[in-house]
Amino acid sequence: MMSEGEAYPLEQFRKTYFEECAELLDVLQANLELLAAGAGSEETLHAIFRAVHSIKGGAGAFGFSSLVAFSHVFESLLDALREQKVDATPDVTQLLLRASDALADIVNAARSERALPIDFASDILTGMEEALAGASGATAAASATSGIEPVAAHAAVKGERSYRVVFTPHTEMLQKANEPLLLVRQLRKLGGLTVDVDMSRLPAFEVLEPEAAYLSWTFVLETGAPQSAIHEVFEFVEDDCDLLIEPLQQAAEAVSAAPTANATEAAPAVAAAAEPSATVAPTPSQSIRVDVDKVDRLVNLVGELVITQAMLTEQGSLLPVDQYPAMIQGIEALAQSARELQESVMAIRAQPVKSVFARMPRVVRDLAATLGKEVKIVTSGEMTEIDKTVIEQLNDPLTHMIRNALDHGIESPDDRVAAGKPRQGTIHLSAAQRSGRIVIEVSDDGRGLNREKVLAKARDRGLVAPGVNPSEEEIDNLIFLPAFSTADVVSNISGRGVGMDVVKRNVQALGGRISVQSRFGAGSRFTMSLPLTLAVVDGMVVSVGKETFIVPLTAIIESLRPQPADINPVVGRGDVLALRGEYLPLTYLHSSFAIESAVTDPCQGIVIIVQTEGAGRIGVVVDELLGQQQVVVKSLEANYDAVDGISGATILGNGRVALILDVARLREIGDKPGMRMTKPARETTSEVREDMNHAA
Amino acid sequence: MQPENQSVGTLGQGNLDGVSVGEHTQQFITFTLGNEEYGIDIMVVREIKGWTDTTMIPNAPAHVRGVINLRGVIVPIFDLRARFGVGLTVPTSMHVVIIVAAGSRTVGLLVDTVSDIISVDPKAIRPVPEMGLPTEDQYLEGLVAIEERMVTLVSLAGLFGMATAKRSFAPDMATTKAA
Repeated sequence: MMSEGEAYPLEQFRKTYFEECAELLDVLQANLELLAAGAGSEETLHAIFRAVHSIKGGAGAFGFSSLVAFSHVFESLLDALREQKVDATPDVTQLLLRASDALADIVNAARSERALPIDFASDILTGMEEALAGASGATAAASATSGIEPVAAHAAVKGERSYRVVFTPHTEMLQKANEPLLLVRQLRKLGGLTVDVDMSRLPAFEVLEPEAAYLSWTFVLETGAPQSAIHEVFEFVEDDCDLLIEPLQQAAEAVSAAPTANATEAAPAVAAAAEPSATVAPTPSQSIRVDVDKVDRLVNLVGELVITQAMLTEQGSLLPVDQYPAMIQGIEALAQSARELQESVMAIRAQPVKSVFARMPRVVRDLAATLGKEVKIVTSGEMTEIDKTVIEQLNDPLTHMIRNALDHGIESPDDRVAAGKPRQGTIHLSAAQRSGRIVIEVSDDGRGLNREKVLAKARDRGLVAPGVNPSEEEIDNLIFLPAFSTADVVSNISGRGVGMDVVKRNVQALGGRISVQSRFGAGSRFTMSLPLTLAVVDGMVVSVGKETFIVPLTAIIESLRPQPADINPVVGRGDVLALRGEYLPLTYLHSSFAIESAVTDPCQGIVIIVQTEGAGRIGVVVDELLGQQQVVVKSLEANYDAVDGISGATILGNGRVALILDVARLREIGDKPGMRMTKPARETTSEVREDMNHAA
Repeated sequence: MQPENQSVGTLGQGNLDGVSVGEHTQQFITFTLGNEEYGIDIMVVREIKGWTDTTMIPNAPAHVRGVINLRGVIVPIFDLRARFGVGLTVPTSMHVVIIVAAGSRTVGLLVDTVSDIISVDPKAIRPVPEMGLPTEDQYLEGLVAIEERMVTLVSLAGLFGMATAKRSFAPDMATTKAA
């Protein structure tokens, strides 16, 4: 594999091209969605055009002819839109969306070297060509009446001006299938051009790399076109060259001062020169492509560093300050740097959920078409950032949930009308940060869960014991049991078994939770909450009896030692704490976890007020607070099992393991005897299922 | 994780001299629980270390003695005596933890002492007679006579249900306790 890659560098470029395509397709999709929602600006269109154009450019270089052909028509239509020869009517935007889906398919086919049917997407092509034909007819008519107007407008606005353009390609520019000659030709189209070539970087022949760019050019262009037009010429090579564009008269002094202005010095001038022209966005993205493995290695190393640093800090605190001042200062500085380093490294991994969300509209379109339903998807909070590993694992459960909402939630248009709802169903997809976690919701305005059917089925399958009467919430959450995955119990729409148990397992594997709220006839809302990062938490170290636990700082609202009068028992619900006129349920950690010789009276210990997702705010009773510390999360599941109420483990400065509390679950462990009765059955089924998977 | 050979190697070296390591023999590390001697396949043993305090896991079965930090990895420790249903071990610094690879997981087994390395001809392993023992037969691979002693060979796969790869420890153990 490796040697192949070296033998065929083209293979490497091809890989890079497809990686870029994936990103460009995401950009395309996202901007088309904006356009379709009527929220598009001129820049949206430009971004769409650029994406398609870049895909086409690369495709040409690699000889993917069908990709070129399709993207060419696509691009032409977009160009017509840009020039307002075609209006972005809903029909047109729908056509563009379908074209973008088709383009993604063609790219994928090219990537996997699959052949597509001859007539693939021919209807879309025809549609785009028709739209274009309509446009050129219209413009022909328009230009007949005011043929010379555009030119006149140019001259009126600007008049002829001279610009000095210094164009210094980066060495690798040619490898990205860019051809300077084409740029020169395009420049010449704008007006009178004088070209000076700088060959000083040209090396001796024997060390010359045939694929490297050594030449640079200085152009003097006399043109009536605005400066932005010059920028546009260089639009696609902007990231791969140093570019200086300046009006000649004004910049004459600067030029004479630095006649051989080299590329790096010229760079700030580019920014300055670009500022006035607001139409183009010449912000070359300062990004690099890095192998995720490298980042992961970095994250792990930093994790180890933080543990060592915590150990040093702990040991350092035992030293007499007056004897080792430099040592103690050093340890403090180390702690600071380690923390900043860690934050920076984690920030590398954080990405907006947008990349996953952007794929969902297509899922909806495709499935809606198959099922004959009318559905629109509305997303919000796409910019919420979350760790890359989490994002990658998010696609499957999210797709599952969306499909599920479409298949089982949203009714057919006629049924919807009969139920007094709009024909078109809506799926809301949202992301937000809440108490140190990211909460992603998928809600639909469909028919909701039919609790009677769910419960009947659950009893039928022995998932709920005859005597037990689960609450509504508990019934809804029965759908996450493996036994529910196989059949179309809830709705009678046929189709593949949508395994909500699989979704639940995926989400749990990420340290997340999922729950559902539903109103029969009005829709369902699936809520999943995920940790922002899997690697580090800021924690409060607390003690209970002889045990030490970490409470994630993000979950803590406050901690206090209550007065006896503030504690009141409530029959059947345990104790509540009166706090500024509110009553918060208390959870005793020592009793939840069966820890001996702990403080049992909250007035002798500490009550930590935490935010849970399901049960609102609760008070957790512990013995005392030992301090605040950043801890590296270690998996308990790697060698053991998931433990209810525990989200992971960490290693303290003294080398001992401390468990990290999952505060949101504490309430349930503490006082839900009803839930516990149904639990063993649930656990066993999931276990059997897991075994089967492993055996398979 | 590399097996720490030096610690294993020093064990029962005197006895090793008398044992001929044949081509088809299987080696076991033997350990004691009270007066009984057990053997475990040497290939799964990663290292042997003295007992250190563990961090308890809430609501875990009694034989789960908690977790320890093994060079940055969280490793659960199982009390084998409790697992066999013959009471809890009261661990002291003289007790020993055998770190083993159970499928894809690394776990520690708390035992009284580690005594020997034995080489056994697989043909010499006899099945465990059904005697209504407190432990279930599936944890026991067989019996083997070494000189005057009887050594019970323990099956790690049977112990942790590793035949089906990763799976939950706790529910499995809970069922056993009930049985």
